[in-house]
Amino acid sequence: MSVPPNSFRLGPDAEGHFGAFGGRYVAETLMPLLLKLEADYNAAKDDPKFQAELNGLLKHYVGRPSPLYLAQRLTEHLGGSKIYLKREELNHTGAHKINNCIGQILLAKRMGKTRIIAETGAGQHGVATATVAALFGLPCVIYMGEVDIERQKPNVFRMNLLGAEVRPVNSGSRTLKDAMNEALRDWVANVHDTFYIIGSAAGPHPYPSIVRDFQTVIGKETREQMMAAEGRLPDLLVACVGGGSNAIGLFHPFLNDPSVAIHGVEAAGEGVDTPRHAATMSKGTPGVLHGARSYLLQDADGQILEAHSISAGLDYPGVGPEHSWLKESGRVTYVSATDSEALAAFQLTCRLEGIIPALESSHAIAHVMRVAPKMGKEKLIVIGLSGRGDKDVFTVADALGEKL
Amino acid sequence: MSRIAKRYSELRAENRAGFIPFITAGDPDAETSFAILEKLPEAGADIIELGMPFSDPMADGPDIQAASMRALNAGMTVKGTLALVKRFRARDTDTPIVLMGYYNPIHAYGVENFAADAGAAGVDGLIIVDLGPEEDVVLRAPAKKAGLDIVRLATPTTDDARLATVLDGAGGFLYYVSIAGVTGTKTFTEDDVKAAVARIRRMSQLPCAVGFGIRDAEQAAGIARFADAAVVGSAIVSGIAKSLASARPNTRLIADTLEFCRKLADAVHKARD
Repeated sequence: MSVPPNSFRLGPDAEGHFGAFGGRYVAETLMPLLLKLEADYNAAKDDPKFQAELNGLLKHYVGRPSPLYLAQRLTEHLGGSKIYLKREELNHTGAHKINNCIGQILLAKRMGKTRIIAETGAGQHGVATATVAALFGLPCVIYMGEVDIERQKPNVFRMNLLGAEVRPVNSGSRTLKDAMNEALRDWVANVHDTFYIIGSAAGPHPYPSIVRDFQTVIGKETREQMMAAEGRLPDLLVACVGGGSNAIGLFHPFLNDPSVAIHGVEAAGEGVDTPRHAATMSKGTPGVLHGARSYLLQDADGQILEAHSISAGLDYPGVGPEHSWLKESGRVTYVSATDSEALAAFQLTCRLEGIIPALESSHAIAHVMRVAPKMGKEKLIVIGLSGRGDKDVFTVADALGEKL
Repeated sequence: MSRIAKRYSELRAENRAGFIPFITAGDPDAETSFAILEKLPEAGADIIELGMPFSDPMADGPDIQAASMRALNAGMTVKGTLALVKRFRARDTDTPIVLMGYYNPIHAYGVENFAADAGAAGVDGLIIVDLGPEEDVVLRAPAKKAGLDIVRLATPTTDDARLATVLDGAGGFLYYVSIAGVTGTKTFTEDDVKAAVARIRRMSQLPCAVGFGIRDAEQAAGIARFADAAVVGSAIVSGIAKSLASARPNTRLIADTLEFCRKLADAVHKARD
């Protein structure tokens, strides 16, 4: 793009497009509901009562604001820029996912819906959805791929404890993309009473905007906290990108600040030059899946390819449409980190900071391990620590060849 | 007059409804599906709906999902699907073929090339489940140029205001989805569908076909009494799945599928007698 837009924060347009991405590619059955959701969400956004209820829950139930913490030992170890962690893993349920779930269940209540469904990959969004469904006393069904159920057993049990029904999905690659297909099928069949809480900044319009808006609390707090701590904006933001909800939440409030560099980190799995990765924007091409036009992993015939990542939350062959637009406009740089780089970052953060990061977030840390030593000591980096890694201990043990 | 318009006007003149069977291109393999396809008109098909397999068919139930997977595993592609139509068209110039599928394979093929190649192969219409009036602007001009009707879907959630949007740019016929759900999973109430078709007729001159929940001859006949056509898909492809599961020879699979279609066609054609 030769002329940069006046603002990177105005999207999407009235039809839900971020440049050439986004939109509403859904079965006709869902269209009336998406139009209603958009109208009701716009009304809720401007309703002080809705905002007050949301903010009250974020403060007293989720535990916001989450700290912006200077990771001193990690900083010293890498010997470069100052590294701050935006600690979303300290939220109730252990990840950023709850920010969006609280917002969407308030919308569901406002729209008079009485049943909740969601898809989940790592299980974090499923747990967060089951949590808010319990909080509001609504029945809840979570779709989860069989592969993910196997590698995220603790989260499956947590969802059950919270009263949700976890429905295993055995179609396709049996991971997040298939769980989303199945949730969409459920939604089509139950539009009259069901609210679909999408957990990623993906899906048909207006979901990418709704999820982003509820997640921008991450970036807004970071901005204020950094101003309080350092008296200036950070030089670099880094977050992992699967569908991209925590990343867009951190990035969005900074998009119009040219001094702030922004890096999104995709999962390179076993390497971007192998077939086993989830680096959608590095290696994919634009296409249409799950209701939006965005970058996808697909073959020449437009069939969706299976993604691979050690981290279930990044194991998705698509990405939110706003990220695709931010890539094409050049505002955000998208890079990747492999399974083994993420594992190394995971272990390092455990030992240096006493924090067990989620494998998803470990990808962001891995990238910072590469860039921080090369940046000046006066530079400030913020890592979106999107979730805690307790759920990953079995996967990590397995990868390290240990039996629990 | 297009093949689709001509066929509906013939049906109207005879005061009978049309029978539209659905099969997936390449299910269970290209040759077997062609053997079924070429005999469908003989088995009573008035229009044929040919599914273009997709890896992530989110509006389809388990039967058509499985059919898609069988076709993809046997190597079916968009090009392969168009080649089947071309072979069919070399022998049958009257029976309209409507392709049904999802947008991404078309997007990957290139919308303009796809429309041109589909038109040249002898395709008459397109039903692209996830490409509605909001997003199909890219397809409208190329489809028109290639002589392809864009067949739109209306559903139980489509109210009058929405129906006007759906009808704008719709061609060939309107496809009424009889259930709020994915293909082959629920049963409709005939009275509800009848009321919906009556409502559509007040707003449009287009013929109205009904599908998504019709599983047997009796249901098909019920629909055929008031709609312009009845579409059956999941019930046909689940027959193919059963035949494969019992390891019957392909000739038997083909014959059984055609025999089932013949039964459905007879029920549809005699419904108004």
